[in-house]
Amino acid sequence: MLIARDLWKSYGEKAAVSGISLEAKAGEIVGLLGPNGAGKSTTVGMLCGLTPPDRGTVAIGGEPVGGDASAVKRRIGLVTQEVSLFEDLGAAANLELFGALYGVSADILKRRVDDALALVGLTENARARPATFSGGMKRRLNIACALVHDPDVLLLDEPTVGVDPQSRNAIFDNLETLRARGKALVYTTHYMEEAERLCDRVVIIDHGKVIATGTQESLLRMLPESARRVVIERSGTLEDVFLHLTGRDLRD
Amino acid sequence: MNALTALVRKDIVLYFANKRAVLVTVVAPILIAAFFGAVLGGPPKKPSRIPVAVVDLDASAVSKSIVAAMKSDTTFDLRETDEAQARSLVREGKVRAAAVIPAGFGDDAPKAMFRPNAKKPEIAVLYDPSQAMALALVKGLLAEHVMKQVSRAAFSPETGRKTIASIRGDVEKSAGLDDRQRRDLLSLFDSIDKLQSNTSATAPANAGTMQGFSMPFETREAEVSGNRERNYNGYAHSFAGMGVQFILFMGIELGVGLLLMRRLGLWKRLRAAPLSRATLLGSRIASGAVIASIIFALIYAAAIAVFGVRIDGSLVGFIAVGIAFAILTSTFGLLIAALGKTPEAARGIAILATLLLVMLGGAWVPTFVFPQWLQDVTVVVPTRWAIDGLEAMTWRGLGLEAAVMPVAAMLAVSALFAWIATKRFDWEE
Repeated sequence: MLIARDLWKSYGEKAAVSGISLEAKAGEIVGLLGPNGAGKSTTVGMLCGLTPPDRGTVAIGGEPVGGDASAVKRRIGLVTQEVSLFEDLGAAANLELFGALYGVSADILKRRVDDALALVGLTENARARPATFSGGMKRRLNIACALVHDPDVLLLDEPTVGVDPQSRNAIFDNLETLRARGKALVYTTHYMEEAERLCDRVVIIDHGKVIATGTQESLLRMLPESARRVVIERSGTLEDVFLHLTGRDLRD
Repeated sequence: MNALTALVRKDIVLYFANKRAVLVTVVAPILIAAFFGAVLGGPPKKPSRIPVAVVDLDASAVSKSIVAAMKSDTTFDLRETDEAQARSLVREGKVRAAAVIPAGFGDDAPKAMFRPNAKKPEIAVLYDPSQAMALALVKGLLAEHVMKQVSRAAFSPETGRKTIASIRGDVEKSAGLDDRQRRDLLSLFDSIDKLQSNTSATAPANAGTMQGFSMPFETREAEVSGNRERNYNGYAHSFAGMGVQFILFMGIELGVGLLLMRRLGLWKRLRAAPLSRATLLGSRIASGAVIASIIFALIYAAAIAVFGVRIDGSLVGFIAVGIAFAILTSTFGLLIAALGKTPEAARGIAILATLLLVMLGGAWVPTFVFPQWLQDVTVVVPTRWAIDGLEAMTWRGLGLEAAVMPVAAMLAVSALFAWIATKRFDWEE
């Protein structure tokens, strides 16, 4: 569904992304992992058409993602790291706005809004303003806003930052529902347990490059024998693999 | 609902959902304009009297008649007092000026009328330097009353004979006059003496009230404003000025709002949608212009309904000026968003720029009180065109043609602002 090939992006002399390629199939959740400054946000920006790559291509179902008004952007939903809601508009009004921006016609928008609210469990709060919501409710509405136009690909940039375990669990349930509906999801996170629970495959990037890709098991198998033994001795989690691959130095 | 309409609608709903913003941009200008309007003229009314003091150190018949004449003059609100009190009143700003009639004025002034080289008595006019414009008015009216009363004293039988006799003696003894001049002057005195004698003989009861010189003309005041039936309304200027100022403040909030959207990730979210840059920025211009137009309409509705401001000129011109200013405000906001780095810094600089714009545009004080060079320079300030245009369409009562230049100037500046904003706008997050 989503295919990115050889993406490059520099800001002045600094290379943010250097030749990243990745793929997300329909009904698949791909985890995009990397330490701070690894190039995750720049990659997501290029995947959704916000940031034009210096080189490389992004395509959805074979259609290249082009400029600002590119029609293929209607097939992409973006959940930003920030809670990007108009807090003084009602929950349904936020969804109606984003639906209109993606060209959803008025006759089906109402149903889409109801469906999106139902998916994230906010039907009872349709008229309430997000300013009155808890952090978890805002995060769920944030996801709903990216779904209201029924995209084929959903890009999620750390969508669970600052939410309680109950809300996080509800969000995971929502995402698994979407996977079951055949959506392709790219999930960026710092929480390795989230990636372990949700992601079918993981792409680990560092210094703007893909350093490993595969399932948790295949990543473990990719490690040299000595490193694999150390990781397994610890606990054999994805976090151990991640730390082994990206190092333990602080990234600020 | 298409994307552009949805974005514009969203901005309008959000703006008017913010009660504080509405309070600041609608209620505040009405209150402040009401204050300035009341101070600078208020509703149509007769000119107020000028508070003036007079000190009569002479206490002669002539000086008393001058004081009486000034008291009867409706231009003055006259207070008769002593010199120390007069100085105090001027210093405290309770009177605009004080005239001090010196001792001996009643004797010296009539003589000075006929003797060019005679020492003239001096009336001191103490004045408030902050009210210097009143000085010329007080001096002019004082001259009228003094001339009338002094000439009356010179020609009246009771006091004039003594004065003329004294002057006659001086003329007869003067070595500086040739025979012909002396003869002509003595002949003039004879004629005056004859007139005084006849006045006493024919109307002895009126001899003391003989008229002196009087002004050889009368004046009739007529205000020239848009409507002959109505006088100038000071609120017309104050509402134009404060309306312009606070609507520009709204423009600042629009620009800062965009910077806040960027900080909150909302701008990124909007940009992720399949929308052209023209749609995104155009919607901000359109929504800003609509909001500014609504605020403009609300402010002028209050001005018309409560403060008696009238559109005596072209209604179409008035609306056109309002819309052009609304577009100017909107593009000004976009410029702030394009040039500003952070919401906080942008707001501070934009408020300073706005205050300069409204000050130089004549929002606080009318531009006609500016020095001429400043009046010439400020034609490049777009707010001046807004205020001039609004005044032309309200109390000046001018036609649609008078709105053309202000509208064209504001639209030209709007185009410039929009062009700079689109060139400088940072699209990368």
